Parts: sequence; C-alpha cells; structure tokens
Amino acid sequence: MSATYLGMPSFPEAAGEALHNVTLRANLRHATHTIRDKRARAVAELADWAELREAGKQIKNRTLRHLDRYLEQLETAVTEAGGTVHWAADAEEANRIVADLVKATGEREVVKVKSMATQEIGLNEALEAEGISAYETDLAELIVQLGDDRPSHILVPAIHRNRGEIRDIFAEKMANWGRPAPDGLSDSPAELAEAARLHLREKFLRAKVGISGANFMVAETGTLVVFESEGNGRMCLTLPETLISVVGIEKVVPSWRDLEVFLQTLPRSSTAERMNPYTSMWTGTADTDGPQTFHLVLLDNGRTDALADEVGRQALRCIRCSACLNVCPVYERAGGHAYGSVYPGPIGAILSPQLRGIQSEIDASLPYASTLCGACYEVCPVAIDIPEVLVHLREKVADQGGKGHRLEKAAIKAAGWVLDHPAALAAGERAASRTRKLHPKRLPGAGAWTAARELPELPAESFRDWWKKNRT
Amino acid sequence: MRVALFVTCVNDALYPATGIATVRLLERLGVEVDFPAAQTCCGQPQFNTGYRRETEPLVRRTTRAFEGYEYVVTPSGSCVAMVRDHYPKFGETSLPSRTYELTEFLVDVLGVTDVGAYFPHTVTYHPSCHGLRMLGLGDRPRKLLDAVKGLELRELPGAEECCGFGGTFAVKNAEVSAAMGRDKVRNAVSTGADVLCGADNSCLMHIDGILRRQAVPTQGVPLRALHIADILASTEEEPYV
Ligand code: SF4
Repeated sequence: MSATYLGMPSFPEAAGEALHNVTLRANLRHATHTIRDKRARAVAELADWAELREAGKQIKNRTLRHLDRYLEQLETAVTEAGGTVHWAADAEEANRIVADLVKATGEREVVKVKSMATQEIGLNEALEAEGISAYETDLAELIVQLGDDRPSHILVPAIHRNRGEIRDIFAEKMANWGRPAPDGLSDSPAELAEAARLHLREKFLRAKVGISGANFMVAETGTLVVFESEGNGRMCLTLPETLISVVGIEKVVPSWRDLEVFLQTLPRSSTAERMNPYTSMWTGTADTDGPQTFHLVLLDNGRTDALADEVGRQALRCIRCSACLNVCPVYERAGGHAYGSVYPGPIGAILSPQLRGIQSEIDASLPYASTLCGACYEVCPVAIDIPEVLVHLREKVADQGGKGHRLEKAAIKAAGWVLDHPAALAAGERAASRTRKLHPKRLPGAGAWTAARELPELPAESFRDWWKKNRT
Repeated sequence: MRVALFVTCVNDALYPATGIATVRLLERLGVEVDFPAAQTCCGQPQFNTGYRRETEPLVRRTTRAFEGYEYVVTPSGSCVAMVRDHYPKFGETSLPSRTYELTEFLVDVLGVTDVGAYFPHTVTYHPSCHGLRMLGLGDRPRKLLDAVKGLELRELPGAEECCGFGGTFAVKNAEVSAAMGRDKVRNAVSTGADVLCGADNSCLMHIDGILRRQAVPTQGVPLRALHIADILASTEEEPYV
C-alpha cells in the first residue's frame, strides 16, 4: 500500500495525539454524531432493511467465491465495449501503468474523481514524481490536498476540519494550484462551496485526462458505476478525452440486478440519503459522447491474500459506506489519522492488516484498536462481522509474537494454569485478600490501568470461600 | 427449580457481593442454587485477546462443570455472550442453550419482573455492549428496575455507547479507553442519579475506577456504580448496605 504511511507509530501512540487535540475531537464528535443519527432515520424508513443487508452480503459472498470467473467476464465485456483492461498486482505496477497511460497522451495534468483505490496506492504522489499534476475535485479531497494533509474519513476525508480552518486553507493555498479564492472569503458554507466551484471549473474545462475509481463494476455488461453527491465526478467522467479507472478487483458484481440492492443500502448508510444525487454509469466508449479512450486498471494489492483467509475475506465485501466509522467510539476519539492508512475506523482496522500484512508496528496494533462493542457490525450494510475478524487477526498477531506479546503469552499461560486448577485459584484469591493492601499495584498492566482509573478494592473474602462457609 | 450459578472469575475474586446477591435473590424467588466448585473462567479474556489455544481448556472445563444442569445462571452478560457466540466454535453446543444472563433468566424463565425489591435511590442504567447487542437483553433490566419499590429510574444519555472497557483494550489502549469512560461518567452524572447500574461487573469496574478517581459529587451524594443483582436483592428487611 501507499508509502505515505510507512513507519507510522502504533495505534495507541498515534491516538494519544488526537486525544489531546480538543478542536479535532470536537469536530469529529459533532460530525459523526450528526450523520449517525441521520443514518438511523434513513435506514428505519425501509421495512426490508434486514433482507437488503442479507442480500448484499450474499451477493458479495457469491461473487468473491467465483471472483476469477466474474473478472474474466468483466474483462471480455469491457474490451468488447471498446475499453482496455490492465491487471496490476500491486501499487507500484498500478502506478506505473497509469503514469505510462497519461504520458502517452502527452498531458501533464489530470482531474480526479474521489477514489479510495488511487489513494491506497499513492497515485497522486507517484504521478507527481513523473511530473504530472493530479487535481482532486471532490470538495473534501480538495481541502485535504490544498491543506497538504491526509484524509481521515472514507467519505468525508476532511471531517477533522471545521469551517474556519477550511476558509483559511482556501484563502492561503488555492492560488498555488490555480484560480485563487475570492477576496474576503467568509466561512459560510455557501461561500466556501462557491470558491471551490470556481476553482474547480477552470480545471474541468481544461483537462484532457480524467482518473476515477468505481463503486461497482458489472460483469455481464462491463459497466462501471460511481455514486456521488456533488456532481464533480460526473464532470471528470464525461469532459476529458481519456478516462482511466483504477478499481479493486473485489468491486465486481455479477449483474445489473445486483445493483438494485446497493442502490438502496449504500446511500442510506453513507450519506443518510434515500438516493445519492448523482449515479454515473459508463460502458467502454461511445463515438458520440464522453471520453474516446477508456482504460480499466484492475488492482489486486493484497486482495487475493485477504481472499485466501476464510474468516478475514468478509472484509472484501465492504462497499466503503463509512457507516462503521461514524458509530465507532474509538474512531471518534482517536481520529482517522491514528489508523495509519487511507482506510480508518473499524473497517480500516481489519482491512489494512490484511492488505499490508501484520509485520509493521501500526498493522500489528490495529486489530487491538477496538473494544469489540459491536456497533460497527450492527450498522454494516453488508453485515461484515468486524469484531470476529478483529479477534481472528489478534490470533495471528499473538502467534507472530514480537513486542509485548511474549510477556503477554507467558502471563496468559500462567493464568490459564491457575484457572484450570480451582484449588490453586482459591489459594491465590485467599493470598491476595490477606495482602490486599499491597497486591493490586503489582498486577501486569496495572500501570496503564491506574494512569486514569482506580483499581477495584480487593474483597476480604472470595465468593468461593463465602459459599463454602455459608452454603455447604 | 434447581439452577447452577456461574459466578464468573471477576465476580468470584473481585465482586463476591454480586454473587452473594444473586444467590439471595434467586433463593428468595424459590430457586434452589448450586455452585459447582469446578468452575473458574469462561475464557473470554484469553479468547478476545487472540489466545485461542489457551482458551480451549477453559471452554472444556466450564462445559464439564455445568454438565447435567438444565439452567446455568450468571450475573455477567459478557460471559454469556462468550458461551453463546464462541463455544460452538470449539465444538461445545450444549452449554450455550442452557446458559442465561440473570435478568434474562428472571424475565424469560421465571416470568417475573417484580422481584419484591426495595431500593430507595435514583438510578441510571448502562446497558453494556454485550447485553445490548449480542444478547439482545432489550428492556428486561429496565422492567425489573421499574418494579423496584422506592427506585427512581433516570434515562442515561448516550446509553448505547460503549464505556470503553473492552477487556485488554482498557490497558492496551488505556488513553482512548479512559476518554470513553470519562464521557460515560459525565453522561451518568448529568442525570443527577446517585447510582449507575449495570449487568456486567467488568464494565462497572472500569466506570467505578474512573468515578473514584474523579470523585464527582452529584447533588451532594457521590455517584457510585452498582450491579443490578445488588439492587434486585435489596429488600426492606435486608437493604443493600
Ligand atoms: S465495513 Fe461495512 S459499514 Fe464499514 S465501510 Fe465497509 S460496508 Fe460500510
């Protein structure tokens, strides 16, 4: 995955920073709580939500089981419709393919539709290294790009920013990238949106190459689908002469009929809308309309590894709605940057370690970035059992050993022996009670516990002993 | 009726009063209670931290300890969730259907909501993630609390949000855990109640630890965390002390 995040500190360390940033926490809390309440209302309107959720899960499961077949079908259909399909095993290969395609057009500028896949591979940075400027056109992505920042949310990448901060970024940075912000720009949403519109319009009209991702790819017809709210994506998809789409291989669905389910569940889960304002679909090229050249880059980048894991593969069902982020109490406090990936929140905690492996400090810490409260599972429109995958990945991290885990394993083993010998347990409890003034502070992990909390007072007698005295 | 009490390791070692209250309550309702001494821990802490192999002997031990009992009752929602959701993964399928969380047992099996309790306090209820989302306890605890004489129930804002305990999360991600706990405490204090009640002592241990560190007074009376069994066991003759 993207080189941007290599060498990230582990989750607990990175989360600590966000916890001390009062503005960031307030921005996040406000935004996530507003959208989670709206989502709940939008979902409650559908009487068959449970069935739609199950249908989404089944469609994705079946597709993943026969992924090779559907991808080949997709390739045939795209090719027949006039497009060209490229296969990329990893980020480097995908970036090279795209850079070569752009260079072949002779252009030095591209406009981009918001896309997780291109962020995952660090495409903008790779293009920059080749002398190509990639302009983000989604409003929130624009804020992140202008602010030289990293996205912190799947759907609202600039969720950690408030209006005042956005105004300052626009006023300071827009001029470096094209049309400057109007003089005397205020922080009213209407004025900010207008400034972005003017800035972007100039780019849409000039660009000869557009780059996108896709929410879905339909195997039977070779159609790509993008859901969006602002319409900027549609400008990028229709105005340029060349369109390059970089899409993860798990985004394929077998047929048009399958879209019926996701057209209902995705917008309600992500933006709490009954229907997203813009749904763009394109199939290859057409002589009279839209881009004359179309390339589809199918991205693996760790996905087949995830697919090989029977428990973990359910993460590939994800439709990137971000509902799980908005209900996650850990995300709300730690912020999106702490996850060290373009995929933050609960889904990031299970997806990143699967795509990247669990060798780095950040990836080994992600499976523990959850209380397993289950709120993410409850809202997920494709019923990904995120807590189950987290525990499964914890097993792998614990098995791999490394920092802290050897000690932990020894402690768990020792405790396991005691717990398998009730007489030893009773003796231990008695000893602890006798020395209860001294004992607790020496328990493993007590330091982290007592930094913010008191330890419970040890009782004079265990339940076991009370029972013996009073009931036998 | 005869039931086996699964007191759980946390209650056994740290909160024996909750176990004693459960025994008193069930006996008062005419239930004969056994305590199979071979029981120790359901294995949840080990399992959730990623030590599946180390969990296996505890799954076998717990299952064996309760062989032959039609009903196994425990005042710990998270341990019931462990038994129900994860024991089948170890091939143990008989214990899950016989294991009941205390409020579930009272309402569903005994069919009572008024257990004849007396507890003259204002109380707010924290539902705990396991009880709320995995067991689907719903309004059972509320119904039981509503019927307690002298008790005034106050709505807890953000009740469905996790308190931040999460087993080893509380030490592995101590800062985030404590931040979540402090928000829970703030919400509880805002109700003006003098007791925060729950059905899981592990969550309560975390919340209580923060409460005692902060020592927040509510209308002069410091808020304290208390297990629902302690409240339901309390009567006019033998009030909770
Ligand atoms: S895991 Fe589920 S809830 Fe989270 S982003 Fe993916 S589809 Fe949405």
